[in-house]
Amino acid sequence: MQYLLMIYDDEKTRAKMPEPQRDKLVQEYQEFTQGIVKSGHFRAGARLQPTSTSTTVRETNGKRVTTDGPFAETKEQLGGYYLVECRDLDEAISIAARIPSVRAGGSIEVRPVMSTPQR
Amino acid sequence: MNLGDLHRREYGRILATLIRAVGDFDLAEDSLQDAFEAALAQWPEQGPPENPVAWLIATARHKAIDRLRRRTLAEGKREEIAALLAEEEDAPVPLDSLRLIFTCCHPALAPEAQVALTLRTICGLDTEEIARAFLVPVPTLAQRLVRAKAKIKNARIPYEVPGDSVLADRVDAVLAVVYLVFNEGYSASFGADLVRADLCAEAIRLGRLLVELLPAEREPRGLLALMLLHDARRATRTDDEGAIVLLEDQDRSRWDRAKIAEGSALVEQALQGGPPGAYALQAAIAALHARAASARETDWPQIAALYGVLAGIHPSPVVELNRAVAIAMADGLEQGLALLDTIHLPGYHLLPAARADLLRRLDRRAEAAAAYREALGLVTNDAERRFLERRLAEVTRSRG
Repeated sequence: MQYLLMIYDDEKTRAKMPEPQRDKLVQEYQEFTQGIVKSGHFRAGARLQPTSTSTTVRETNGKRVTTDGPFAETKEQLGGYYLVECRDLDEAISIAARIPSVRAGGSIEVRPVMSTPQR
Repeated sequence: MNLGDLHRREYGRILATLIRAVGDFDLAEDSLQDAFEAALAQWPEQGPPENPVAWLIATARHKAIDRLRRRTLAEGKREEIAALLAEEEDAPVPLDSLRLIFTCCHPALAPEAQVALTLRTICGLDTEEIARAFLVPVPTLAQRLVRAKAKIKNARIPYEVPGDSVLADRVDAVLAVVYLVFNEGYSASFGADLVRADLCAEAIRLGRLLVELLPAEREPRGLLALMLLHDARRATRTDDEGAIVLLEDQDRSRWDRAKIAEGSALVEQALQGGPPGAYALQAAIAALHARAASARETDWPQIAALYGVLAGIHPSPVVELNRAVAIAMADGLEQGLALLDTIHLPGYHLLPAARADLLRRLDRRAEAAAAYREALGLVTNDAERRFLERRLAEVTRSRG
């Protein structure tokens, strides 16, 4: 079963993080990613650019409306994600708990991916 | 044993085993319901089978196969049917009950859903009973159960006893659910509402089950002891008119001695073998109250010391409030009063109520009256309101 682990943190705090601390976080992420690749859980993952680069698209009265910024202004922003293959929710939670941002004040939303019916 | 008793005592254990066999909450519940209906139709005429539990499990399993067969045409569940046909055990497996408890009390479910699911599946209460006990509309409660079961299935919450690395945390979560069920029954049992008193009995039954299933864990014993010691006094907490009777005024001869003895023995066990847990400490305090021959013989210094230890592992202003009252009774009212003034608990009626009581004992009547009025502005429970009003009238009455 696949789970999407969405990494939320305050991008302003992260931007203000001193260099050595940020380098350390990056290295922790590399080690973490290598770990879940090795264990066979990793399916995909990426870090996102900050929400200042975000664009939202919707349609109003049949007309495309493009606006600057994220879908909703929130205190914490989606900063990256992993797609992992897990036995069950407990395994997904234990992997989510090891994501380096958790120790830096971030939180992870764990969402099961809907499986397509097999034919 | 009649079918009603059997349902009450065995429902959760049979269901736990069925869920593992069929891998689906709803299918297991529906099939077990079918089996009980079959029993209701057949047993009165043919007489009950030699082993009713085995009969129910076997029948429920066959009903599950029937239900799966009906679905098979559309979905292809041949493997599941084959697995079910291969099942041979006909007795509930204790480990299944434990799996079911941990699944129902999984932290990924909302607390109120954990409580509802636990009462529905492990205790076998029906939706109407649970809704009545928690004063929520039946459709709300039903919806809560449907959502929780859908999440278990769709997010794949496992049906297993958690591993050692997280076991302690998960046991805590289970104990919290059980204690919540108990408190819901206990705190609202003023007015002898029988449905809600049943919640205390269910919580104690769950506590016994946990002690039996997790013999190496100490806190389940502490919680069971705490619930038994509170429950032993339940009948004396209100008078015939439903008014509150304080601990010091309760008729101790009517306390349930058997429950006190059992609770006290469990406290001793729960306190051994390591640093004490929060439930064990609270139970030890309850035991000191329950075993005092009279209110005056209460070992207040020991109680104050236990609250001190509790505050160390479980710091909270409510614990501090209780500790301040114990110190007032042990070392002097003024000392307790000074401690109460350092506690910050906005909106909590028991803080001004405790101040009022100490001031009343000190005969500082005007200050006591003001504190009672403050407490009355915050209280929500009717019986507590009537009690505070009675006390306010006492301290404002002119002395004759």
